[in-house]
Amino acid sequence: MTQLYQSQRAMRHKRQAAMQRGVVAILDVGTSKIACLVLRFDGLQTEKTVDGVGPMAGQSRFRVIGAATTRSRGVRFGEIDAMQETERAIRTAVQGAQKMANVRVDHVIASFSGARPRSYGLAGEVELEAGGGVTECDVARVLAACEVPDYGTDREALHAQPVNFAIDHRSGLGDPRGQIGNRLAADMHLLTVDRAAVENLLYCIKRCDLELAGIASSAYAAGISAMVEDEQELGAACIDMGGGSTGISVFMKKHMIIADSVRLGGDHVTADISKGLQVPIATAERIKTFYGGVVATGMDDRETIETGGDTGDWEHDRRSVSRAELIGVMRPRVEEILEEARSRLDAAGFDNLPGQRIVLTGGASQIPGLDGLAGRILGQNVRLGRPLRVHGLPQAATGPAFAACVGLCLFAAHPQDEWWDFEIPAERYPARSLRRAVKWFKDNW
Amino acid sequence: MQPLMPLARDPAPSRWSYRIQRMWLTPLYRGLLRKGLPVFLLLFAIGWYVTDAERLEALQIWADDLRRSIEERPEFMVRLMKIEGASPELSGDIREIMPLDLPLSSFDLDLDHMRGEISGLDAVAGAELRVVSGGVLMVRVTERLPAVVWRSRRGLELLDAEGHRVAALERRGDAPELPLVAGEGAERAVPEALELIAAAAPISDRLRGLRRIGERRWDVVLDRDQRIMLPEHAPIAALERVIALDNSASDVLARDVTVVDMRDGRRPILRLTAEAMEELRRLRALDGKRGEDA
Repeated sequence: MTQLYQSQRAMRHKRQAAMQRGVVAILDVGTSKIACLVLRFDGLQTEKTVDGVGPMAGQSRFRVIGAATTRSRGVRFGEIDAMQETERAIRTAVQGAQKMANVRVDHVIASFSGARPRSYGLAGEVELEAGGGVTECDVARVLAACEVPDYGTDREALHAQPVNFAIDHRSGLGDPRGQIGNRLAADMHLLTVDRAAVENLLYCIKRCDLELAGIASSAYAAGISAMVEDEQELGAACIDMGGGSTGISVFMKKHMIIADSVRLGGDHVTADISKGLQVPIATAERIKTFYGGVVATGMDDRETIETGGDTGDWEHDRRSVSRAELIGVMRPRVEEILEEARSRLDAAGFDNLPGQRIVLTGGASQIPGLDGLAGRILGQNVRLGRPLRVHGLPQAATGPAFAACVGLCLFAAHPQDEWWDFEIPAERYPARSLRRAVKWFKDNW
Repeated sequence: MQPLMPLARDPAPSRWSYRIQRMWLTPLYRGLLRKGLPVFLLLFAIGWYVTDAERLEALQIWADDLRRSIEERPEFMVRLMKIEGASPELSGDIREIMPLDLPLSSFDLDLDHMRGEISGLDAVAGAELRVVSGGVLMVRVTERLPAVVWRSRRGLELLDAEGHRVAALERRGDAPELPLVAGEGAERAVPEALELIAAAAPISDRLRGLRRIGERRWDVVLDRDQRIMLPEHAPIAALERVIALDNSASDVLARDVTVVDMRDGRRPILRLTAEAMEELRRLRALDGKRGEDA
């Protein structure tokens, strides 16, 4: 725990350094594509607050100056499967973005979708000193007092965000600092992921001569960019339908409270088409993007699709399928994904939230008719979400497939306070510093 | 597992090309490679070229030739020297001391030096040289005007109003209109001499000249070997006093007087000729006898 705590703190410092240098890269390692954006931060002085337009949560502070996307290789279920391949793909994306930006980037903020995220709700409580309000030190103490569950040695904490504070019997405080009370309680959302997946990603990024300035779950990043402010406030779920995995994040009061992922995605739909129609994967992908759908109509029976082929066998190469057949192959898998997501949401208690809005985003959410199908499975309160618009983002990168990228930009510009952003509680300090002093003496004499 | 040999066509950059591109995007390297390296190479090439003496010499010859070819363009050639404001003798002198073999490039003319030489001539008060259009070297000379003739131990010389030598004179008769001064150091007091001559205008018909005595004071020499010895200080006032004396009552200068000595400021002292002195004694004796008679 402490080790990751330290490394997350180090990442925050690197992020500060990158901010000062003014250039930071965003890297979204997905199953179907790897996208890299280069952001330039112009500093705080350009932040203008015109009448009626606020600082927009830091969005106005940066500009996308380079963007590159490459087909992902060696990634399965959002986890790195073949390191060399992934490293090459990352290099391609980073080089393209650097070339477009014409600037060298050293710091990168990465996100990935897989690695079996698991959410824990943590609660902690401390007595406050009589007199005087809650200080940052008290916040750090209460976060340190949260009882950390035993999530296993093969997992790492990815996010640890305080989502709620309570003083005495007043709960739902966003910022308890300065308030008077006797007891301070905090709820924290801890998201853990498989250690191996994170380490593989770190290794790949290190092999590309880049320094990691932050790491985020792509479900979280997609949630920040695809949901509007009142959805985040009232409670909503974002379902990021990616290539290899489908991320689910539930937001409440502008904090992520649950994240999960279904290890199914658009690539499985493609694989089904490939198997069902007996066509290569590349053809299946093309057919899916051009003709795919989930609701068949009578018109679709008459629309035939040439599957093509180059085996030399005329009969084989001249095959065609109707669109209804294609939909018949795709629909069960899409339904399965959505049902799986529904069951995850049910397990997380999404029904109890005041807002029942579900936002679908990600590349696979572009299937025509998905909103109708999702309405049947997830409830009527479903909409398709596209990421927020940010400065300088190329038109090609504004689709729902880039929700996690854009979210990561926002995350880079305006990260949420996490556990490691607070100072180490004072009572842990003396022992540590004493130990450090002893170590220093040992090292030097 | 993937084959260990990579595919022939890999869209991904190799590790090295990736690194080189990142390095290229680093401002320091970029600046060094784009500016520093060419500048260094250029300097190195120039340095290498120049270190060989033979090549350097060839380079110098080439540069000199180029320079010469530009200088000798017809636009820059001076074909004529024109002298203004000088008498024919003086312009002859000027041509003699400036043996320019025209035509000559104007870059080769050292106008300052030539001006110094021309100004060095005695008869030249000032000179102005310029190359005007049409390839003409214009020499504008201000001549010195002779004001007095100076008879010295070396012979006759013409001096201007400041006492600067203008020319030598063969005979006094060559410049009869100019007054004559004589004596050592007379050339250093020419302005005073001119003032004295102007003051002596009423007796100009008798004036032979001025003589500098002991390099400190003047004698006015009149005909009949008469002299007026002037004091060192305020000689003009003294001369005017003598002239007044001459004009008013006694008509002194017309008498038999060799010297009117004004050096004693309180009174003029007259020196008579020997005959006059004898006559005076005779008259005094006569007066005495008459007195005894009475």
